Amino acid sequence: MKAMTLLDLVRGPLFFWALMIMIAGILWRLSGLIFFRLQSRAAKPKDDAPIVAGLRTVALRSVPPHELEKNITFQHFTGYAWHIGWFATFLFLGAHLSLIKSILGFAWPALPNGVIMVLAAMTLGILLTLWIRRWYNPVLRLISNFDDHLSVVLTILPLFTGITAFTHWAPFGTRYETMLAIHILSVELLMVWMPFGKIFHVVTSLIVRFRTGAAFSRRGVKA
Amino acid sequence: MSTALVADYLRMRGVSRRGFLKFCASTASLMAMPPMMIPQIARALESARRPSVIWMPFQECTGCTESITRAHGATIEQLIFEAISLDYQHTLMAAAGEQSDDALHEAMQQNKGKYLLAVDGSIPLGNPGYSTISGISNIDMLKEAAEGAMAIVAIGSCAAFGGIPKANPNPTGAVSVSDIIKNKPIVNVSGCPPIPIVITGVLAQILTFGLEGLELDHLGRPKVFYGQSIHDRCYRRPFYERGQFAESFDDEGAKAGWCLYKLGCKGPTTYNACATVKWNNGTSFPIEAGHGCIGCAEPDFWDKGGFYDPLSVTDWGSTADIAIAAGAGVALGVAAGALARKGQNDARPAPEAKP
Repeated sequence: MKAMTLLDLVRGPLFFWALMIMIAGILWRLSGLIFFRLQSRAAKPKDDAPIVAGLRTVALRSVPPHELEKNITFQHFTGYAWHIGWFATFLFLGAHLSLIKSILGFAWPALPNGVIMVLAAMTLGILLTLWIRRWYNPVLRLISNFDDHLSVVLTILPLFTGITAFTHWAPFGTRYETMLAIHILSVELLMVWMPFGKIFHVVTSLIVRFRTGAAFSRRGVKA
Repeated sequence: MSTALVADYLRMRGVSRRGFLKFCASTASLMAMPPMMIPQIARALESARRPSVIWMPFQECTGCTESITRAHGATIEQLIFEAISLDYQHTLMAAAGEQSDDALHEAMQQNKGKYLLAVDGSIPLGNPGYSTISGISNIDMLKEAAEGAMAIVAIGSCAAFGGIPKANPNPTGAVSVSDIIKNKPIVNVSGCPPIPIVITGVLAQILTFGLEGLELDHLGRPKVFYGQSIHDRCYRRPFYERGQFAESFDDEGAKAGWCLYKLGCKGPTTYNACATVKWNNGTSFPIEAGHGCIGCAEPDFWDKGGFYDPLSVTDWGSTADIAIAAGAGVALGVAAGALARKGQNDARPAPEAKP
């Protein structure tokens, strides 16, 4: 029997099972929510355009509410910044696009590695700042639970390990293949946790905003 | 062991003092030794008796032997290799049949405990008859020869790690030398085949300084040749840093010499000296010739996914696997939703009967 290296393990069976768990988990939670809420509507809707109302709510809830604007500006814009940086790193690094192409059969042009590295480093800095703030801000600390902290850590790890693997930075004399394996492993942990933790908002946030707006409009209420 | 000194042998071969010292300098440079070591190498080599080397090819393709004989022209490396008393190598030796067997046993008896055993090829354990020499199985021959050896040099990925014969499903039960021999120092010189100058360099190092100065990596390979990845020393590395990758073997990027990472190059995970000492007298190496590294110096390189799959590509299964996972997820979700609805309905108070 062959001894499997860590890289073989994470590129092979671990990635396969992480992907299967993520797909099954997303569809489990999504179909469960849809089926649970599926019901016939006896009352006549009070608004003729629930779709427009749903879209309007998606847009409105994507900007800070006027009443809270002063208090949440920092949180709001840093939130946008790291989300954009994180997804740009994921979706536009050449090495990632090779994987995406192998799964989807197509890909799109990559951004220059230098641009991605700057984005990744900025994103990592913002995420670390927000996490430290979560620990030090009394209100945020009070409302944060294990799920929040784990989700933040699992979001940070792929960025950190990705930067170390790409730059061949070996803080403990680790070889490139070990750093690459740790990076892929960190992504697999995120994939497995995604459907079950708060990171599931990646899938539900826009759907829920839309549904809330549409449902309120049927009842004649502005969301 | 031959009684002639290496120096005598070299003089007999017409090698000048100047040529000999040039070889010593290049050996020192190759081994990353300081220039002050050159006289020491020269003295050690001149005064060294020609050690007996017994080379045993087992389950192999003769590529390693081809490699070492492919050094161009009458290089000093070749002469040093000839200066070793190569007492048995059934591909290269003139003798055959019983004569070669006699030469082997004579060398083993006369040099017991002092000869260097070089092995290329893996050893099949599935059935002794899969690979034999003079009717003797490889494993019996290896054990007998290893018993009296000073050290073993496992030449090529087959001898070092099992190589291609060990590739899945390993029909012959192939194993490496180190899987069998546990009580002798073993130096692995991996590669499919290894670079000729790396083979001669390691033999020269052992001849000059013994095994003491030979620092090995965790896979038993000399760090001087296997200490850095091909990617680390690749001349295409700047293109990798900039994210300039060839997308196919004939696109503009390939013509411009961009990085071959996306075409499956295994340079980042392969440790060998290809990018520094190169092949064919330093002419080129696979990446310079336009093909990605296939990682032949690493264990189980044949089973590490497609040669043309980038390192970042993983085994994600198939669309059927994804469909099964999706189906299972939906089924679970519908069942969970139905249960939740039932629970909600059960919790509702029953509607009051109309008067």
